Amino acid sequence: MATIEAKDIHFTYRTGVEALKGVSLTIKDGEFVAIMGQNGAGKTTLVKNFNGLLRPTKGEVNVDGISTKDVSVAKLARTVGFVFQNPDHQLFSETVEEEIAFALRNFGFDEAKVEKRVTWALNLLDLTEYRKTSPFMLSGGERKRVALASVLAWDPKVVILDEPTIGQDHRQKENLRQFIVQLNEQGKTVVIVTHDVEFVAECSPRVVLMREGKIIADGAAKRILTDTTLALEASIVPPQITQIFHGLTFLGLPSDVIDVSEAKKILVEHFRGSRR
Amino acid sequence: MSVFEGFRFRHVTSPIHNRDPRIKFLFVLAIFVIAIFFMELLPLLVLFFVPLPFVWVAGVKKEWLRSLRGAVFLASFIFIFNFVFGYLYRSYPSTTTLLEFSLAMTLRFLVLVESFSIFFLTTSPDHLSLALEQSHVPYEFTFAFTTAVRFVPVLAEEAQTIMDAQKARGLELERGNFLKRVRNYIPILIPLIVSAIRRSLELAEAMESRAWGASPKRTNLYVLKIKAGDLALLVLAIGLLVLGIYVRYFVPIPQLSTFLPPLPF
Repeated sequence: MATIEAKDIHFTYRTGVEALKGVSLTIKDGEFVAIMGQNGAGKTTLVKNFNGLLRPTKGEVNVDGISTKDVSVAKLARTVGFVFQNPDHQLFSETVEEEIAFALRNFGFDEAKVEKRVTWALNLLDLTEYRKTSPFMLSGGERKRVALASVLAWDPKVVILDEPTIGQDHRQKENLRQFIVQLNEQGKTVVIVTHDVEFVAECSPRVVLMREGKIIADGAAKRILTDTTLALEASIVPPQITQIFHGLTFLGLPSDVIDVSEAKKILVEHFRGSRR
Repeated sequence: MSVFEGFRFRHVTSPIHNRDPRIKFLFVLAIFVIAIFFMELLPLLVLFFVPLPFVWVAGVKKEWLRSLRGAVFLASFIFIFNFVFGYLYRSYPSTTTLLEFSLAMTLRFLVLVESFSIFFLTTSPDHLSLALEQSHVPYEFTFAFTTAVRFVPVLAEEAQTIMDAQKARGLELERGNFLKRVRNYIPILIPLIVSAIRRSLELAEAMESRAWGASPKRTNLYVLKIKAGDLALLVLAIGLLVLGIYVRYFVPIPQLSTFLPPLPF
């Protein structure tokens, strides 16, 4: 059963900007999708249509078979969790604990359950020691984790992350990657919106490439990210490891490598073979 | 948020945009003063149409209408208050005159909003600060003022994002009784205020690092000069003002309701 289904959706902002010009996309239950493309390609607009924050001006979005036109954002949010780019746009409570409990109370969980979920989410994102701390006292990375915890706490079936890697150092990014992959393995549908090619290459999800309000490519990361024509069209740069392999085709090496450990294996095999 | 769209400046040139902001301000002021002169519907109605050609010439019809639409809520408030209290205290000879008076008060407010928004829609913050500076307002105040104006649309946009973020966490702004609804705005206001303060601190640091206020005597790349068109506008403003004063003191203003059949209540 398809979880999110966009049928030829168009979206025009009130300012007259047409951000989506006919997008059809089906994201199945348990899929991991990265939506990529240059600034202004319509990525964020598209995912905001997935949880009803924006409603298509033409076409239809179905979440679990129900059109987003018929339900409120609050109701859709129960199924589709959306983590915004900037945690400062949502943090307001006195303590981290309260911050995480906010959404749970909005959804009408009883207090015992709220308590249980908060403890679970704090633990999940390694925030237990900050339980009684003000979110405003935390560092940028920690604030981002609080924002993530506050969404994961209600265990939505789909998690959308808008630019999750911005402003994160390498270690935080690696933690985030492992965390996202783990979420996906546990059966959650994960949608990320990002510019970060290296990050996507390491996660290796299904990639949806957008340009000027349209989808120009959709497929496995390995295929999309190594296609130089596509990359040029969508103004993204292939991962560095792919660029190296594109320069080494004269050695008879494959040109569709995005993963560092895979690359290492291929190279080792190649040089062992040539030495013999 | 559409109310704040009126503050957003679009880079256009038109005979109105190019006018000296000081003169434009005097013109708006003249309309203000005339609007305050009158409590009758007829002159206010006339006054309402006076700035309309400017909207057309400047090509800001859409934005201008949006600002007016934003004022509708407050305008209806003014109307209801005038009408209800006028009715309760029975200070008018008939309901028709009361109705006319309430409408006039509402229209007076709309005239103020109208002219104010034309001024802001056709004056860039840069021009505004130049005008203030050349009117010998200390630069600190000028800067604070223009920064405030400039950040209104930014803040409005941010408020929208925050609302989206909280809605995505199940916040329903429209739910509950009046008090609950007011409380619903706390999760919006706190991030908005925090980020505004943070932004202002960052701005201050950026200004300091660019040697803000290093030289006491500032010079400007552009200097405002009064041109023929500005003089024409000035004459128009003074003319309107004189006409307004003349009509106020020497012309009896008829009640519109005397031309209508009386209302049945």
